[in-house]
Amino acid sequence: MAEIRVERVTKLFKNVRAVDDVSLTIADGEFMVLLGPSGCGKTTLLRSIAGLEQIDGGRIVIGDRNVSDLPPRKRNIAMVFQSYAVFPHMTVFENIAFGLRMRKAPKAEIHTQVQEAAELLHIENLLDRYPSQTSGGQRQRIAVARALAMQPQVLLMDEPLSNLDALLRLEARAELKRLLNEIGSTTIYVTHDQVEAMSMGDRVAVMRGGRLVQVGDPLTIYDGPVDRFVGGFIGNPPMNFLAATIRAGDAGAVAELSDAGEIRLDAADGLGGHRGPVLLGIRAENIELHSRTGGGMLRGRVLVVEPLGSHNLVTLQVGGEQLKAITRPDERLELDQEVGVGIDPARIRWLDAEREVALTDDAEAGPGAGLGPPTPEERDAAPPG
Amino acid sequence: MTARLGWAPYALLLPSLAFLAVFFATPMVQAFGLAFQSPDGTFGVSSIERMLGDARFRSALLTTVALVVLIIPIQFALAMSMALVINARLKGQGLWLYVYALPLGISELAAGIVWVSIFTQSGWLNSILMGFGIIDRPITWQSAETPWLLIMCVVIAEAWRATSIIMIILVAGLQSIPREFIEAADVYGATTWQKVRRVILPMLRPSLQVALILRTILAFQVFATVIAIAGSGLFVLAREAQRWATDIQNDHIAAAYAGLILVLSLFSTVLFLVLLPTKDEQQL
Amino acid sequence: MSVVRHDIPLARRRSGREHLVGRALIYLAATLLALFILVPIYLIAVSAFTPPDRAFDFPRSVVPAELNFETIVFFLNAFGVVDSFWRSVIVAMITLVLALLIGAPAGYAIARYAFRGRSGFRLVILSTRAFPIVILAIPLAVTYRLWGINDSVIGVALMHTALALPFTVLITSSVFVSVPRELEEAAQTLGCNPLQAFLRVSLPLALPGLAAAAIFTWVLSWNDVFAAVILTLQNPTLPARILTALTQSPIYFQFAAGFVMLVPSLVVIFFIRKYLLGLWGRVVK
Repeated sequence: MAEIRVERVTKLFKNVRAVDDVSLTIADGEFMVLLGPSGCGKTTLLRSIAGLEQIDGGRIVIGDRNVSDLPPRKRNIAMVFQSYAVFPHMTVFENIAFGLRMRKAPKAEIHTQVQEAAELLHIENLLDRYPSQTSGGQRQRIAVARALAMQPQVLLMDEPLSNLDALLRLEARAELKRLLNEIGSTTIYVTHDQVEAMSMGDRVAVMRGGRLVQVGDPLTIYDGPVDRFVGGFIGNPPMNFLAATIRAGDAGAVAELSDAGEIRLDAADGLGGHRGPVLLGIRAENIELHSRTGGGMLRGRVLVVEPLGSHNLVTLQVGGEQLKAITRPDERLELDQEVGVGIDPARIRWLDAEREVALTDDAEAGPGAGLGPPTPEERDAAPPG
Repeated sequence: MTARLGWAPYALLLPSLAFLAVFFATPMVQAFGLAFQSPDGTFGVSSIERMLGDARFRSALLTTVALVVLIIPIQFALAMSMALVINARLKGQGLWLYVYALPLGISELAAGIVWVSIFTQSGWLNSILMGFGIIDRPITWQSAETPWLLIMCVVIAEAWRATSIIMIILVAGLQSIPREFIEAADVYGATTWQKVRRVILPMLRPSLQVALILRTILAFQVFATVIAIAGSGLFVLAREAQRWATDIQNDHIAAAYAGLILVLSLFSTVLFLVLLPTKDEQQL
Repeated sequence: MSVVRHDIPLARRRSGREHLVGRALIYLAATLLALFILVPIYLIAVSAFTPPDRAFDFPRSVVPAELNFETIVFFLNAFGVVDSFWRSVIVAMITLVLALLIGAPAGYAIARYAFRGRSGFRLVILSTRAFPIVILAIPLAVTYRLWGINDSVIGVALMHTALALPFTVLITSSVFVSVPRELEEAAQTLGCNPLQAFLRVSLPLALPGLAAAAIFTWVLSWNDVFAAVILTLQNPTLPARILTALTQSPIYFQFAAGFVMLVPSLVVIFFIRKYLLGLWGRVVK
C-alpha cells in the first residue's frame, strides 16, 4: 500500500510559512499534481514528502509508516529533479544503476533493471555515454529512468518538463503520461503549468501562498473553481468574472448586470437562494455571440478579435467590464459591433461577491481560497502551453 | 520537532576552530604577553622601551615604511597594466596569464637572489649596460653607503615578485564588470584612459581595496628579500624581530617588534577602509 | 580630386585604424610586461649554470657558451642542503594533508549549510589572513620549546598549517559551492546517507579544485622563510638553510640555491594555471 497522507504539514523558512498547515491524501496508484504559481509552496511540500526538508509541524505518512523523521533513503521514494541532477562523473548506465548499487542488489539484477528502465525511456543506446555527451531531453529521460529503476512505492517529480523546449515538452508530456499509467506507482507531480496539470493528473491540488486552495479532478477544477484565483489560473483564457446582482424575478431568480442587461435563471440555478451582489463566472467557450441583442441576452460591444486558427478569441465590453469569448473561426465580427452575449445559465459558476468564494459547497474550499484573483506575475508563470 | 543532524555543520567546523584557537589565537595573545614582559619576568613596558631605544630601531622603522610606500604604488600600476592586458583577451591569453602568474610560486628568498644576480657588481645589469656601451665601469648598486639605491633594488625585486597576486585579484574583479558598462562608455566616445578612470577603476573598488589591504600587510613583513639584496646594509622590522628572537634570544623584544608590525598593519587596514569605502550601490 | 571616400561611414573608418593602433600598443605592453617577468628567471638560470670559476667574469654574455652543472652540484653537496631539501618536502606534505583534512570539512560546512554563525565564521577566517606571520611565529617558538617540539619538522608543519588553513577553508568552500547541492540530494533519494552522498558524488566532482587548493598550500609551505628561520635551528628547511648561509657563502652558491628553489614553483604554477582565477573564489570555466 502506498497511500500518502500529508497531515497538517507546516514548513517554515525563517519566518515565512512556505507550507502552511496543508493536509492532503493521495491514494495508492494515484497521479496527484501539485499546481500553483512560483512561491506557492508546492516544491517545498514535495521536498518535505521526499525528506529533503524537515517539517516544522504535522506529519507525513507513507503506506502505514510515519516517515516524518526519516531521511530520504528510508522512505522508499524516488525523485526526479527539475535540473535532472544527473551525475556528470558517471556513465548513463552507472547513473541509472546508482540506486540499485546503493541497495547492494546483485550484479545480474542491476543489469536487467537498468536495461529495462533504459528501454522504457528509449535511451538504451546511450548507456555507455557520459551525461555531457547527451542532450537536455536525453538527460531528462536519464533522470526518469534512474528513478524508475528503483521501482519505488512513491515517485516524486519536480517540474521535470519545464526545462525542455516547447515542442519537446509536448511530446515528452504525452510519453510520460503513458509511461506512468503503465507503471502505476503513486506519483506526486509538481508543476506551475496548468495545461500540464490538467492533462496529466488524476487529481490536481492547487496551492497558493503555502496553502491548499482546491483539490479535485481536472474537470471539476476547470468547471467548478472554488474561487477567483483557481478560475483565473486554470484555463486559457482565464475564466471571466462579472459583477452582478441577484433579485427575485417572476419565474425565478434574475441576475442583473449593470448597463448590460439581465439573465433569467431557472430553479436549478445553483444559487441556493442567495440574493444580492455576486460574481458571475463563465468560461469563454460557454459564451455565444449573436448579431441581434435582446431576448435574455446581455449587450456587448466587440473590442478586439484575435484569430487563432482553430478559433477566434474575442474581447468584449459588457457593461463596465471586459469579457473574453471564443467563437468559431468563420464567424464574422466587426470592431465596435454591438452583439448579443448569450450565457448558458447551467455553466455559470457563482461566487460570493465579498469573499469571492464559490457559493455552492460542491468543491471544498481550502484554507487558501478567497484571496483574490491571480496577480499578473502568478498568471504569467502559467504558460498558455 | 526533531533537529536531524542540526549539529552537523558545527561538528565540521570544530577542527578548524580548535586548530586556529591553538595555533593562531593563543600565539597572538601570548605575543602581547611577551611584549609587555621583560626577561626577568616583570610586567611593564620595559621591553617596548628597549625596542624603541635600540640603535637600529629608527632605521628599521623608516626603511620598512619607505619600502611599503614605494612598493605598493609601483606594484599596483604594474598589476593593473597586466590585468588590463589579460582582460583585453589577446591571442594566447592562457600563455600571458601563466607568464604573469609565474612569480606566484616564487619565494621572497629566491626572488631576492634572482635580483642579486642582476644587481651585483659583476651581475647582469652592469653586464648589459656595459654591453650597450652606456657605462664603461660597473656601478655598485648594492652598497650600504647608498641606502636609497639599495632600497630601490629591493623595491624592484619585490615589485617583480609580488605583483602576480594583485594581478589575479584585479583580473577577477575586472571580469565581474558587466561588459555593457564598458561598451556604453565606448558608445559615448570615451578614450581608453577615460574608460579606465571613470568606469573601470570605480567598479574595481572592492577588489582594489582587498588587494591593497592584503598586499600592504604583507609588505610590512618584508624580510628575506632585504637580507638577500642588502645583507646587513638595510634594517627592516621583520629582520629585527628575527634577530632578537634567534640571534640575541630575547623573545620579548622580538614580540615587541612583531606587535609593532601588527599595529602598522591594522593602521593601514583602517586607513584603506576609510579612504576606499566600498559602496553597495556599486553592485548594480 | 577628393581623397575622402564617401561610401564608408566616417565613424567606422576612424575606429578601424584606431583599433589597430590600440591593439598593437596592447601587444607591446603585454610583451614588455612578460619580458619583465621572464628575463630575470632566464638570467638566474644562466647564472646557475655558470661554472664557479667563471662566476665573477665581467662582463658576461647573456647567451651562455655552455651549460655547466658544477655550480648546482656544489650547492647540492654543500652541508645540510640535501637534508633541508627533504625536510622542506616533508613539511610541505604534512602541511598539505593537515590543512586539507582540517579545512575541507569547514569549507564544506560553509558551502552546504546555512547555519547560525556562518558569516561570523567566514569573517574570522578572512581576518586571519590579515595577521602577520611574524606575530605568530615568535610566541610559537616559545611554546614549542615548552612542548619539546622546537626545531622539528612537525613544529614547522603545524605553523604552516595554521597559515594555510584560511586559504584551504575558503578555497574548498567555493569548490563545494560549485558542485550543485541537488546532486547530493539526488544521491540521498537513491539510498545514500549524507556522508555517502558526499563521498560518491561531491568529492569526485570537487577533486580538481581540491587539488588546486592542495598545490597552493604546498607552495605556501615550500616558500616560507620567516617561520622556518624562527622555528628551526639544527634541522632547517631549505629556505632557512639557505638564508642562514647567505652571508657566508660564495655568490655562486646563492645563484644555484635561488635556481633550485625556483624550479619546483614554476612547475607547480604550470599545473594549476587553470585554477588560478578560481583560487579567489570564482568559478573557473
